[in-house]
Amino acid sequence: MTQPIANCPNCGAKIVFRWSNSVQTVCEFCKSILVRTDVDLKKVGQVADLPPDSSPIQINTEGQYGSKAFVVVGRILYAYDQGGWNEWHVMMNDGTSAWLSDAQSEYALSLSSKVQNLPGIAQVHVGQQFNWSNQRYTVSVITPAHYRGVEGELPFQYWDKTDVTFVDLRTESGKFATLDYSDPEPALYLGEFVEFDDLKLKNLRSFEGW
Amino acid sequence: MSAGTPPLSGLPKPQAKALNCPKCGAAVVLRSFGQAETVVCGSCRCILDAKDPNLAILQQFEAATREVKPLIPLGTRGKLRGTDYEVIGFQRRSAKVEEITYYWHEYVLFNPYKGIRYLSEYNGHWNDISICKTLPNVDRAFLDSPGSSADYLGESYKHFQTCEAITDFVLGEFPWQVRVGEHAAVTDFVHPPRVLSGEKLDKEVTWSIGEYLYGREVWEIFKLPGVPPEPMGVYENQPSPVTTNITGTWVAFAAFAVFLLALMAGFDMRAKKEPVLHETYQYNRAEAKGEASFITDVFQLTGHPSTVEVKTFAPVSNHWIYLNYALINQDTGQAWDFGREVSYYSGYDSDGSWTEGKQNDAVVIPSVPPGHYYLRIEPEADPALPGIPYTVDVTHDVPVFGIYGIAFVALLLPAVIISFRAYTFERSRWSESDHPPMDFSNMSSSSGDDE
Repeated sequence: MTQPIANCPNCGAKIVFRWSNSVQTVCEFCKSILVRTDVDLKKVGQVADLPPDSSPIQINTEGQYGSKAFVVVGRILYAYDQGGWNEWHVMMNDGTSAWLSDAQSEYALSLSSKVQNLPGIAQVHVGQQFNWSNQRYTVSVITPAHYRGVEGELPFQYWDKTDVTFVDLRTESGKFATLDYSDPEPALYLGEFVEFDDLKLKNLRSFEGW
Repeated sequence: MSAGTPPLSGLPKPQAKALNCPKCGAAVVLRSFGQAETVVCGSCRCILDAKDPNLAILQQFEAATREVKPLIPLGTRGKLRGTDYEVIGFQRRSAKVEEITYYWHEYVLFNPYKGIRYLSEYNGHWNDISICKTLPNVDRAFLDSPGSSADYLGESYKHFQTCEAITDFVLGEFPWQVRVGEHAAVTDFVHPPRVLSGEKLDKEVTWSIGEYLYGREVWEIFKLPGVPPEPMGVYENQPSPVTTNITGTWVAFAAFAVFLLALMAGFDMRAKKEPVLHETYQYNRAEAKGEASFITDVFQLTGHPSTVEVKTFAPVSNHWIYLNYALINQDTGQAWDFGREVSYYSGYDSDGSWTEGKQNDAVVIPSVPPGHYYLRIEPEADPALPGIPYTVDVTHDVPVFGIYGIAFVALLLPAVIISFRAYTFERSRWSESDHPPMDFSNMSSSSGDDE
């Protein structure tokens, strides 16, 4: 896989893209949010220091999902009134991108879905059911969240958010879905809950005393 | 669990945080590296905002009763299902059912990689609890009818109880916004040794799955000193001590009974049942003075050593006749002595008519070798009886079924005992539920088995 290299327009540091389809990245050194244009990188914002975070996952953590290996290349950090969670952007070894969400050590892996005619936020309530990809999903929780920051590479521009709403759905077979209302057009992610041990994660953070 | 390689992005290694309570100044330790939402000051009972670097006070509560002490101290670590966990939080909750308040305790366990897990304890009964990732399928009519159930991962859980749980004492860290006095509607469905619990707070229902643990297992996991408190009564998801598969036991019993019947039929068919003597004699009192014995004709027993049945019939009525028999082998002189009484009484009393005894008697002598035999008979009779005829029948090679009866009972007994023990255990379990068994007939789960 090619790894395009550029320099940070803000501080000049070397910027390496691990995923060729990345649209946005954050300079590791000056925390500038950089968006790829046809010709170069453009600084669009600055990440404030990320809040202290207890996820055992970090950029460059490697793992296994089914028969595919993946590496963590970026993340979006959210907070809500009962805590925070990470959406880790992972790159599979077949070039696809997926999201590994880590909400207080509850892990789920999901992929962007092309399902059309998604419900507007006003039409969704807890307990409601939807059929997507031959699965019946039940709305389990609607979470008003706050965008807290980004790190690393993302498949889209994501940096000027404040309040965003997520709708989590579950099935009776361990499947998982999220409706993301960050943008005017809702986005759907379909996936499943995964066991920490099954992911065979490497390059994890270490914790003092553990 | 530890990472093999150092972090590449150079993030600082998270450490347990030591802070001070803004109210009383006592040390407050944050053990969960930021996963906690709230932390309780151990000395002044302030609930503090663990996300706030200044630990803003969220609530102050009075321990209503005397100090509640966790059986597993905060900070204790133990290996549970292969993962090290540290006890970081503790709460006591209560529920009032029919004017009686029940208390139970919940421990928050933490591992930085695996996250949060819970232990609960009620009267010496423990449960290892984790949050369900898969949605249970619950009857829409939600609850309260004895048959209501929930399906979770392909297994059916029976509704046990719904109650209003109130948090009344907290200590340490919690991954949610804990408050003393908070109410939640808790619904338990059981499939021993597991319990499926739905906790409804506002509109959101959180499902968790618990598995029964014995106190000694908890003591072993956390290397606690002393002995765990003795469990009281039967808990909702406590596994039955009757581990035998009851349906299987009865199926095995039925199969064996059929086998016994077949065996009996087989032996009955194989038996020759050969009549070798049939005689009617007359007993006369007048002649019976002194030595009154006589011998029968000689009869032959052929084949292998087998049974000999001696049947006696006498038309007695409110009398008895007693016959001293000896079966004697003419060739060897070997003798089998036995006495038989034939008596029959009947009459009326305040309970109506009654009878006692029979006019028939039969006895089987086992393993008699082949040869020439005769009977020596010495009759005695009721002094009131002047004389009576009696018939003696001797049959060679008759089947004997008594041993099968014993085998039948020997097999039936354990099945009955196991079923009864399972039944009484299940009865104790369900007597604590919202659906106590009323009587024997509507106890549907008496087998303690999956339907």
